[in-house]
Amino acid sequence: MSATAVHSLWTTAADPISKIDAPKIEYGQLAPTLIIVGAAVLGVLVEAFVPRKSRYYAQMFVAVVALAAAFAAVVALAADGYGTTKAGIAAMGAVAVDGPALFLQGTILLTALVGLFTFAERRLDPEAHGNRVDSFVAQAASVPGSDSEKKAVRAGFTTTEVFPLLLFAVAGMLVFPAANDLLTLFVALEVLSLPLYLLCALARRKRLMSQEAAVKYFLLGAFASAFTLFGIALLYGYSGSMSYSTIAQVVDGTVQDVDPALADTMGNDALLLVGAALLVMGLLFKVGAVPFHMWTPDVYQGAPTPVTGFMAAATKVAAFGALLRILYVVLPGLRWDWRPVMWAVAIVTMLAGAIVAITQTDIKRLLAYSSIAHAGFILAGVIATTPSGISSVLFYLAAYSFVTIGAFAVVTLVRDAGGEATHLSKWAGLGRRSPLVAAVFAVFLLAFAGIPLTSGFAGKFAVFKAAAEGGAAPLVVVGVISSAIAAFFYIRVIVLMFFSEPRPEGPTVAVPSPLTMTAIGVGVAVTVVLGVAPQYFLELAGDAGVFVR
Amino acid sequence: MSFPLLTATAVLPAIGAIATAAVPAAKRTAAKWLALLFSLATLASAIAVLVRFDPDGDRYQLTESHAWIADFGVRYELGVDGIAVALIALTALLIPFIVLAGWNDADPLETGSKRWRPTQGFFALILAVEAMVILSFEATDVFLFYIFFEAMLIPMYFLIGGFGDRAHEHGEEKAATQRSYAAVKFLLYNLAGGLIMLAAVIGLYVVAGNFSLTEIAEARADGSLDMATNTERWLFLGFFFAFAVKAPLWPLHTWLPNAMQESTAPVAVLITAVVDKVGTFAMLRFCLGLFPEASTWATPAILVLAVISIIYGALLAVGQRDIKRLIAYASISHFGFIVMGIFAMTSQGQSGATLYMVNHGISTAVLMLIAGFLISRRGSRLIADFGGVQKVAPVLAGTFLIGGLATLSLPGLAPFVSEFLVLVGTFTRYPVIGVIATFGIVLAALYTLVLYQRTMTGPVKPEVSAMPDLRVREIAVVAPLVVLLVFLGVYPKPVTDVVNPAVEHTMSDVQKKDPQPEVEAAK
Repeated sequence: MSATAVHSLWTTAADPISKIDAPKIEYGQLAPTLIIVGAAVLGVLVEAFVPRKSRYYAQMFVAVVALAAAFAAVVALAADGYGTTKAGIAAMGAVAVDGPALFLQGTILLTALVGLFTFAERRLDPEAHGNRVDSFVAQAASVPGSDSEKKAVRAGFTTTEVFPLLLFAVAGMLVFPAANDLLTLFVALEVLSLPLYLLCALARRKRLMSQEAAVKYFLLGAFASAFTLFGIALLYGYSGSMSYSTIAQVVDGTVQDVDPALADTMGNDALLLVGAALLVMGLLFKVGAVPFHMWTPDVYQGAPTPVTGFMAAATKVAAFGALLRILYVVLPGLRWDWRPVMWAVAIVTMLAGAIVAITQTDIKRLLAYSSIAHAGFILAGVIATTPSGISSVLFYLAAYSFVTIGAFAVVTLVRDAGGEATHLSKWAGLGRRSPLVAAVFAVFLLAFAGIPLTSGFAGKFAVFKAAAEGGAAPLVVVGVISSAIAAFFYIRVIVLMFFSEPRPEGPTVAVPSPLTMTAIGVGVAVTVVLGVAPQYFLELAGDAGVFVR
Repeated sequence: MSFPLLTATAVLPAIGAIATAAVPAAKRTAAKWLALLFSLATLASAIAVLVRFDPDGDRYQLTESHAWIADFGVRYELGVDGIAVALIALTALLIPFIVLAGWNDADPLETGSKRWRPTQGFFALILAVEAMVILSFEATDVFLFYIFFEAMLIPMYFLIGGFGDRAHEHGEEKAATQRSYAAVKFLLYNLAGGLIMLAAVIGLYVVAGNFSLTEIAEARADGSLDMATNTERWLFLGFFFAFAVKAPLWPLHTWLPNAMQESTAPVAVLITAVVDKVGTFAMLRFCLGLFPEASTWATPAILVLAVISIIYGALLAVGQRDIKRLIAYASISHFGFIVMGIFAMTSQGQSGATLYMVNHGISTAVLMLIAGFLISRRGSRLIADFGGVQKVAPVLAGTFLIGGLATLSLPGLAPFVSEFLVLVGTFTRYPVIGVIATFGIVLAALYTLVLYQRTMTGPVKPEVSAMPDLRVREIAVVAPLVVLLVFLGVYPKPVTDVVNPAVEHTMSDVQKKDPQPEVEAAK
């Protein structure tokens, strides 16, 4: 770079004091996120100032009201046309308010609300010294097995911090699929990840496993974040901008004004390819696609089950939303480069998830591998690069998240002396002992397997149809084959529950409070409704299927 | 708008299923009567369909069409042709007998949990299967058909895995293991077939843009839809694979013997006489109707598979030691005949195949249900454990013999007519195949008569000496079916009248005419 170029950089940077405008923020359009962030901050204050006895109820109240209000805001925005005709970019180009964003935000908020009910469940664990407790540790800072832990349990402490943590994570998730520049994307990624790392470590039972899961998740997540950040840096070097639309223009070669300081590196394809690869890699880590899936089984198994359910559902929605936007808004000009790679990733993800799941003996690990296989199915829809590809992915995510959260809620019910009985052998004969719980779980498993008349089938059909229309017929065939493989292990669990003799020392099914019942009930209702009459929701997803640039 | 008779015929058993499942645990008998009532109501509704159906009218009648999932191009479209009417009638006819035959099969042995209600579940599942089978016969929308084709696996799976024979030669624990093995095998085979078909269904949508049988047929006729030869063949294979698993055709048949052996006799009848018919029916309606050229292309290979099924099934039946397994292999042989008749591409062959589906349903029901009564009396399924039953229980033995003779297609009983038609229809076009298939009949005589001889004749074994003859309930199950076998054997016209026009339509789908008899000119 020449000396004058550097100098001009210097002077233009110092000069435009008069040009600094006050940022214009569309508070109304950002209301869902702002409500959640506000409530999360309020939750921290509650934690500091409200007496311990009433914290649980205060936190519950704040969180439920915030999630409901935010969802109402999303619906209001969508009804106002922000999903379709009035879709635009808010907050100085940082956040997009469009169909996919609102649809995914609505899904995340509902999932979080249902997830919150499982967080707040206090009837499953036996009372500790006369205090009702939830599935979270008494005091996170106490060393497992130490005297201070015993003291905390005896004092009846509960970690009500989980509620604000949940809200912070939700705030990050709301921004993640809506982010319209790379920095916002990264901030959202961190805001959603950090609370989740913490939440994973907070299990009341099997604390060491839970902490191990959290550390694994944190270390690998930090790696992935670093990759993402590096990718962002390279993309900035390539395009001279953080904004999605500008990068897309540079990729397409239609960019108007070139920053002279960056003219040398701008348009350097090496930067673009490496940068895009690293960025997408970070997102694939979050969705749990092979080969970035290694964390999934350990974290799903170790984390407190309500957290696992919430994480499996909502994180996947947010991460796929972000991935869609990156691939469809920023990198459509590069699709001939990324499509073959994503083909390979999708195929490997579907097959590996389905095959490895067969050998699992722990229900939570099994569901983890199943979630990997489902990530592969969703990727098949992502690869379509058609409008129906977008809407099919949106629909699949909505359908899948409720099945997931319901399934994990059922897992919290089956317990023995050591807490949740997650080993599959203990589920033998559950259908005899509590037919209703087993039947409900069977419904969820059938939906995972994609049996017709469940939401899983409608979703699977939608993504495979989109993939076939997008010219990815071989992917459909692989998808169908891995569905058949996956069906095997879902069916195996059903066999175990219904056709095996109950063990004498087997687990009992705890009777939950209305909170968990609601969570499971909503899961079943959504599964059946989306399976039998999906038309309205398909239309909704179809209308929402256009990104703004 | 006219009364939606087809929907009603399918909804009745569905309501019955829900109502039966909701009966409290203590009111077992009420659940049974409720199930019987709903199955009879369904039969009445099916008879109404039969009466309202005009054989010489439009191809699809009593049609209903409603919007359902517009995004997938799916409509709720029902309509029946003669083939569907015959099979709906068969289904609705058999279910009351299945319910009656299985009256006590699902009573709980010991009282478990208060909420454990196996009896209610058993009958509810049977009715659920009936509803889905009827809907899949009625659907003229490929997607709608697919949904019920797949969904019926789930209740069927629970029927196989959850309820088995009371007496089992290896004890209850082994029995449970074998049962769940059979159920899983059933489900995985059929699910794999169904998922392959799903890929083809999606492919069909990409090519045709909708799922309506009539619209696709019209579009093909006026040339607005032109399928590439290769595409059509792949799609055909996808569909055919699923139906061949269901039917079942060699070499995809291995789930059937396990499933029939391990389930109770009424459920075994449900599998082979009702559910499997959906496979052969769908070959006629969807494989030939949607992909006529590919069907013609695949005919030689399919005929060879069918003949292998006929001979292989019969040979294995001869060698069985287990009564139910024997009947299962006999059924595989018979399904070979049905498939052969369908793909012979002659009107005799296809009429014969349709008639065969009906007759095989009835004759297998007789044979299997009586075998079930026999097995529950002795507590064993092994042929070697029986002997001389005809001296102790003459009515049982006599009806069993009639069922057996029907299975080997004795003239005068219904299956003879259909088997004859199928063989004649095949012979006019494929003489070699027809001749080889005839050996299947010889083998059928061997396995049925040997079965009868070993179990019913000879000295009375001490274990069977106290065996009671058929009870009133059991006679009520068997007698009407036997009467029907004789009636349709002497006078098959009612069925052929309904079926023939539909077969003509199918023949015109594949643009085939019957080969004209060639007489060498006299010199």
